[in-house]
Amino acid sequence: MGISLINIVYLVASVCFILGLKGLASPRTAPRGNLIGAFGMLLAVVATLLDQHIVTFQLIIIGLVVGGAIGTYLALTVEMTAMPQMVAAFNGFGGGASALVAATALLAPGDLSNVPPIQLYVATAASGIIGAATFTGSMVAWAKLQGVLRWQPKSDVLQKIINATLFLASLALGALVVMNPTGVWAYWLLVAVASVLGVMLTVPIGGADMPVVIALLNSYSGLAACATGFVLGNNVLIIAGSLVGASGLILTSIMCKAMNRSLTNVLFGTLGPTAETASADEVYGGKVKSASAEEAAMIFETARLVIIVPGYGMAVAQAQHSVRDLANLLHERGAEVRYAIHPVAGRMPGHMNVLLAEADVPYEQLFALEDINDSFPEADIALVIGANDVVNPSAREDTSSPIYGMPILDVDKAQTVMIIKRSLSPGFAGIPNPLFAAPNALMLYGDGKEMVRELTAAIREE
Amino acid sequence: MEAFIIYITVFVLAIFVGFEVITKVPPTLHTPLMSGANAISGITVVGAIVAAGSKESTLAAILGCAAVIMATINVVGGFLVTNRMLLMFKKKK
Repeated sequence: MGISLINIVYLVASVCFILGLKGLASPRTAPRGNLIGAFGMLLAVVATLLDQHIVTFQLIIIGLVVGGAIGTYLALTVEMTAMPQMVAAFNGFGGGASALVAATALLAPGDLSNVPPIQLYVATAASGIIGAATFTGSMVAWAKLQGVLRWQPKSDVLQKIINATLFLASLALGALVVMNPTGVWAYWLLVAVASVLGVMLTVPIGGADMPVVIALLNSYSGLAACATGFVLGNNVLIIAGSLVGASGLILTSIMCKAMNRSLTNVLFGTLGPTAETASADEVYGGKVKSASAEEAAMIFETARLVIIVPGYGMAVAQAQHSVRDLANLLHERGAEVRYAIHPVAGRMPGHMNVLLAEADVPYEQLFALEDINDSFPEADIALVIGANDVVNPSAREDTSSPIYGMPILDVDKAQTVMIIKRSLSPGFAGIPNPLFAAPNALMLYGDGKEMVRELTAAIREE
Repeated sequence: MEAFIIYITVFVLAIFVGFEVITKVPPTLHTPLMSGANAISGITVVGAIVAAGSKESTLAAILGCAAVIMATINVVGGFLVTNRMLLMFKKKK
């Protein structure tokens, strides 16, 4: 197949990727969009196999079969709760592959690329730095989310100096690659330094900030592919990489806004109680009311609108199916049920929606923060399950609070707020929640799944 | 230099298209968006295939093979898991 024909196929593939992402604008068109994207990828791969530079297919077939088998196995067996770590791992593989392809362009330049030398070497250095840092950073993110790695050093000045040094060193090595491209050792040293940098940047970041990190690594994996596109002089890589880079950046910014923090603060700062934060005793002292499942069930008797607020604690307790049963029962009894989903309710953007969709909750019942907040004053009951910081009214009222300014779900404006929780222990921000002591709040102490089941049984008996 | 300008042009325009398309994706679908975008970033498999199939340098071919494995995991796993998730999003019966 001639070069121009291959390039036309690549153009068709690029259009497929754009149409595929466009399909994700609605859950109805999304499955077809995903198929269009996959079809574009198939086209690009088939066209590439017809490239005249390819003289032997052995290693290609091995690679495609092994990679395809591993990918299929992972995709079909992963639990939905483990989705964040799998996306993190995939980000890493994408970044790693891009760094390796850039390396091969240095080793056998004539075969792969006919772009001007300066573009080739600058892009190779960029691909090496971004790709390697994405690979190791993603592996650390995977290990943290999987619970394999618990080490979390405090982000301090020394670490910032080390990171800055590593970053400058990788840039210097990049310059060396550009000036002396025959010395491939400089490239490998660059990859090594960038790999350490990826680890150092990700290790201090805590569990609650993981949604931001995964979104950012997602963006990097796209940018690495994009840089490799410049290495090879291949437009489909540049286009696909830019699309992914843009997507990751948008999600990163949405997540940062949802936590009211800047990206720098997430990456290098720390979040926690300050000296001015009120102690738990001051906030709760004698004002917290609790109820049993039976007492709570009586309030549900007359409820017309119930808004359920799920947090990550619900997913940890594997309570989503029980929650759906409760919602179905309330629906049968004539109440309207909606779910209010905070952007950082899960461990990655949109994670909570997937967990509820898996439990057969129809997507029309899932509402984003800005779409549901006006409904709380009309709600008879707001039922909070395993969420804490995202419903803390201090974010709205207390200027001295470390989470002040963070957008929250206004559950305290509902007629009654019920909070299912094991104890009054604080959430990720480490601060007490005045909601629990509010006059219209009732604590339902217990395990998420158990308590929802008891509540469902008690309502059924009414 | 001229070739470079063309690549940069494509890059900048693609970023804009990306922003336009992605901002229309609702929060409900942000996880499938990430895994789907992830699969698309596996496009690097195209470069990996050429490297793995060339005979000019054995080391390049071996690295290319490793890159094909990694990128294919990304592509196949990414599209499949996205499909699996999207089929879970159902309307009210």
